[in-house]
Amino acid sequence: MNQSDFLKVVLPFKDKVFRLAKRLLVSTEEAEDATQELFFKLWKSKEKIGGYKNVEAFAMTMTKNYCYDRLKSKQASNLTLVHSNYKEKETSLEKKLEYRDSANQVHVLIESLPEQQKIIIQLRDIEQYDFEEICKMVAMKPTAVRVALSRARKTIREELIKTHDYGVS
Amino acid sequence: MELANIEKLVEKYLNAETTLQEERTLKNYFIGGNVAKHLQEYAYLFNYFAIVKEETFTKTIHLPTEKLKKKQVKWWAVAASIALLFSLVIGKQQYDKNLQRKELQKVYAQVSKGLKLLSTNLKKGEQAIATLYTYEDSVHKTLK
Repeated sequence: MNQSDFLKVVLPFKDKVFRLAKRLLVSTEEAEDATQELFFKLWKSKEKIGGYKNVEAFAMTMTKNYCYDRLKSKQASNLTLVHSNYKEKETSLEKKLEYRDSANQVHVLIESLPEQQKIIIQLRDIEQYDFEEICKMVAMKPTAVRVALSRARKTIREELIKTHDYGVS
Repeated sequence: MELANIEKLVEKYLNAETTLQEERTLKNYFIGGNVAKHLQEYAYLFNYFAIVKEETFTKTIHLPTEKLKKKQVKWWAVAASIALLFSLVIGKQQYDKNLQRKELQKVYAQVSKGLKLLSTNLKKGEQAIATLYTYEDSVHKTLK
């Protein structure tokens, strides 16, 4: 497999990889670095790609695992401090002002979901993968995926109603 | 799409029982703008999903440079080892030559010393012969 063949296979889903990385790593720059790194890894294992039926699903799984590792190493170093800062900020006035912008509000709500639900919302509601593919990507059973997805959707909706009611009154 | 149907779909959506097709129907309804008030929160949600999906990876993916670098490192290693080998061989040759030259110089010095000795001895012989000749001359003279 030469480079142009590889890019032909890989480029159609580069945005999806990038968006999933951004969902998990939050910052755009880190997501860009991660995407770059992931495609480099894919290129290195290109001999194996021929054997994988669904390269895209394989790439998404790799992305998920890679971002998990990044998050873990970050938490191990100094991010716990940053994270507590962030939590404090959430309840501050600044954050509440931000909430007025509905898109931002949804974004922050998804941010505060558990990692697994975050990924599943990203894969289903934004990228519109079917359940079978999602199960493969996150290595979960279909019922577990549905439960997580339902929980995530309900949480977001409830929070939206709550903040919206505050906004009105 | 009538409202009752949308409400039914929304219920299914919350339970994660909708198909992709049904979710597309919901998305079209909520992005369309004409949303029932009690379902407003879904409009926020689906609009957000649509906005986020617009985001793209704008950087170019770099593959060849890294690949080349790795290859280059390999070739540099090969070149360095060859250079090392060459310098070892040449160094050894040069060393041997130097050793040989020193040996030759020693031999030359010995030979020239020997020759000098020989030449001084030969001179002595010559003088001796010269005196012999003078003897012979005087003998001839007296015999005549």
